[in-house]
Amino acid sequence: MTFFDQLVLFPVILPLLGAGLCLALGQSAVAQRTISIVVLLAVVATSVVLLYRADTYGPQVLNVGGWPAEIGISLVADRLSALLLITSTFVTLCVLLYSVGQGIVEFGRETPLSVFFPTFLVLSAGVSCAFLAGDLFNLFVGFEVLLAASFVLITLGGTHARVRSGTIYIIVALASSALFLLALASVYAATGTVNLAQLAQRMPQLPTETATVLQLLLLVTFGVKAAVFPLSAWLPDSYPTAPAPVTAVFAGLLTKVGIYAMIRTNSLVFPAHEIRSLLLWASILTMIIGIMGAIAQSDIKRILSFTLVSHIGYMLFGIALNSQLGFSGAIFYTIHHITVQTTLFLIAGLIEYRAGTTNLDRVGGLARRTPILAVLFFVPAMNLAGIPPFSGFIGKLALLEGGVAAGDWLALLGVASGVVTSLLTLYAMAKVWSRAFWQPFGEYESEDISDDETQLVVGGSLHGASGVSTSTKKESNWDQLAEEQRLPMRMALPTLLLASATVALTVFAGPLIALTDRAAAEITDPNRYVHAVLCNPRNWDESEAILPRSKETVHFCEQFEGVAK
Amino acid sequence: MSTNLTLIIVAGVLVGSGVTLILERSLTRILVGFVLAGNGLNTMFLVAAGASGRAPILGQGDGPMSDPLPQAMVLTAIVITLGTTAFGLALAYRSWQLTGTDDVQDDLEDDLIRRRALHDDVSSTYEDQDATQLPDEEGFDEGGFDDGRVRDTPAEEDA
Repeated sequence: MTFFDQLVLFPVILPLLGAGLCLALGQSAVAQRTISIVVLLAVVATSVVLLYRADTYGPQVLNVGGWPAEIGISLVADRLSALLLITSTFVTLCVLLYSVGQGIVEFGRETPLSVFFPTFLVLSAGVSCAFLAGDLFNLFVGFEVLLAASFVLITLGGTHARVRSGTIYIIVALASSALFLLALASVYAATGTVNLAQLAQRMPQLPTETATVLQLLLLVTFGVKAAVFPLSAWLPDSYPTAPAPVTAVFAGLLTKVGIYAMIRTNSLVFPAHEIRSLLLWASILTMIIGIMGAIAQSDIKRILSFTLVSHIGYMLFGIALNSQLGFSGAIFYTIHHITVQTTLFLIAGLIEYRAGTTNLDRVGGLARRTPILAVLFFVPAMNLAGIPPFSGFIGKLALLEGGVAAGDWLALLGVASGVVTSLLTLYAMAKVWSRAFWQPFGEYESEDISDDETQLVVGGSLHGASGVSTSTKKESNWDQLAEEQRLPMRMALPTLLLASATVALTVFAGPLIALTDRAAAEITDPNRYVHAVLCNPRNWDESEAILPRSKETVHFCEQFEGVAK
Repeated sequence: MSTNLTLIIVAGVLVGSGVTLILERSLTRILVGFVLAGNGLNTMFLVAAGASGRAPILGQGDGPMSDPLPQAMVLTAIVITLGTTAFGLALAYRSWQLTGTDDVQDDLEDDLIRRRALHDDVSSTYEDQDATQLPDEEGFDEGGFDDGRVRDTPAEEDA
């Protein structure tokens, strides 16, 4: 076993170790910051190597503790996992840099944010664990780790608004976890395994009805996590109250973990499923109803939360098509959406810092006061709406191509709603643009804003309503504010980095699409994945093994290697 | 495969009472509901494990072993339930500190819509065409609701 084989473990174990160290060194802000940044840098580097190796040599597999995959825990990084891993860790790193900046800006250089950094690292470990999980139960554990961390982050500071929205979030998360447990028990009862590779072998042998029930159970679970309509009502209510970096990382990653789990199970375990039309309807409704919600809102964070729900529909559409084109589009769109949505939420944080609120009724004239922020918002916003030549356009085009290739009326209806949703997203973004940035501010501030009127959503600051952003919220004299508050570079630079990443996705869309095509080809041909997991390591010595492999597996390995020769 | 009917009934009753409690309004009851449902689901794993047998230790005794994997999963699930319940109780306590009750509160949006309905008011993004002063393309919303907005607890209340 070489060093490179162990590499799959790093994205999970490094953040956990870092979290422990951060807790131990809770007194020193500098140490916490350094450890968190170094750990996440290392994880990003690891993900790059993993992606390279997965793309060149096939899925990277580690059987933890040397137990055979059939009974042990295996971590698998194929192209899909590695791609999402690299995106998620890079985004996490940017958000971490942003929150370091916000922490320094709000509390000064020396004040440690005791629980924030450890929890943030645990969240990162949970996300990585879910992406790398080679069995359903480990996926469950990954989900639970990231959920537990997210519980802490969403109620950070324990203010009234956050406890209120956090309670709803936690109850929904617990309910979906309970459902996941039920699904796990049922899967195990039906097949005798929770290993994804073995499930891929055994699921086709089950009666179709049983397989469909199992798939539906898993889909409902992942549907709650991914906020698919009608299981999405919790998201727009709970996300906006959290601190900006927390909302950003949640919006970018947590729902996408659900999407990843759907892609994985649908392609690997249930390749020939019978619920295509159900999935298509769910995706169409998610797109349309989500964006309708966004249009009705008048708070930037809530608008973004609703567009998040709406655009989950695109990814679900790709999954529902169940074709290589569809999966490729869904993977590309997921990568695009993680980056863009996180950037937009960070920018919403900057707007909140700059203007004291994200409520469109009380923000205005930002384009004149902070032109940088205007540009920073405009590029990802147009990207989200899918204006050519941005990556949002390319991703949507790939998905629509998949829909047209499928050709039946329901897929075409999906294509149509995709186009409509894209237009409506443009409308929602244009509304934010014109009202927050373009509309002159100050004409009706004095009569409109009474002193006792407080924001719909009190959020923003890392520790509740005590930070800079809210302490200035009642001031309405913008010229004074403009002098008092410049755009803090420590927060703006990470946002700029992430915004440039969204542009880079556009510039390098060609190679990336080629890569997602290869990833989609890999997941639509499950045998390679199954072989990589079950027959790992190649030179398996039965005499030294703790447990022998099953005859079924040995037979499969011999057969696959025979075919490969 | 023969299944143990008692275990299934126990699991059903536990999950059923759990779900009933989860539908309650008080966070403490909801948590008790989750604990009950969690235990019911853990029992489901015992059903999934199949027939019982001797302790699953290799090379000791003969006869069929019971399946160790579901037991490992149940142990993990118990630990996770414990952790989340502890967090939930802390949250219920905090909620009680802040509001004097641990009731789960309404969605902000629902609340807003209900208040607007009470005042016979429209959403802030609604453009009234009959208004004497026509809104421009940004659709500003003068003369909307004055008191329809949700008043969030101000910062002073936070400890």
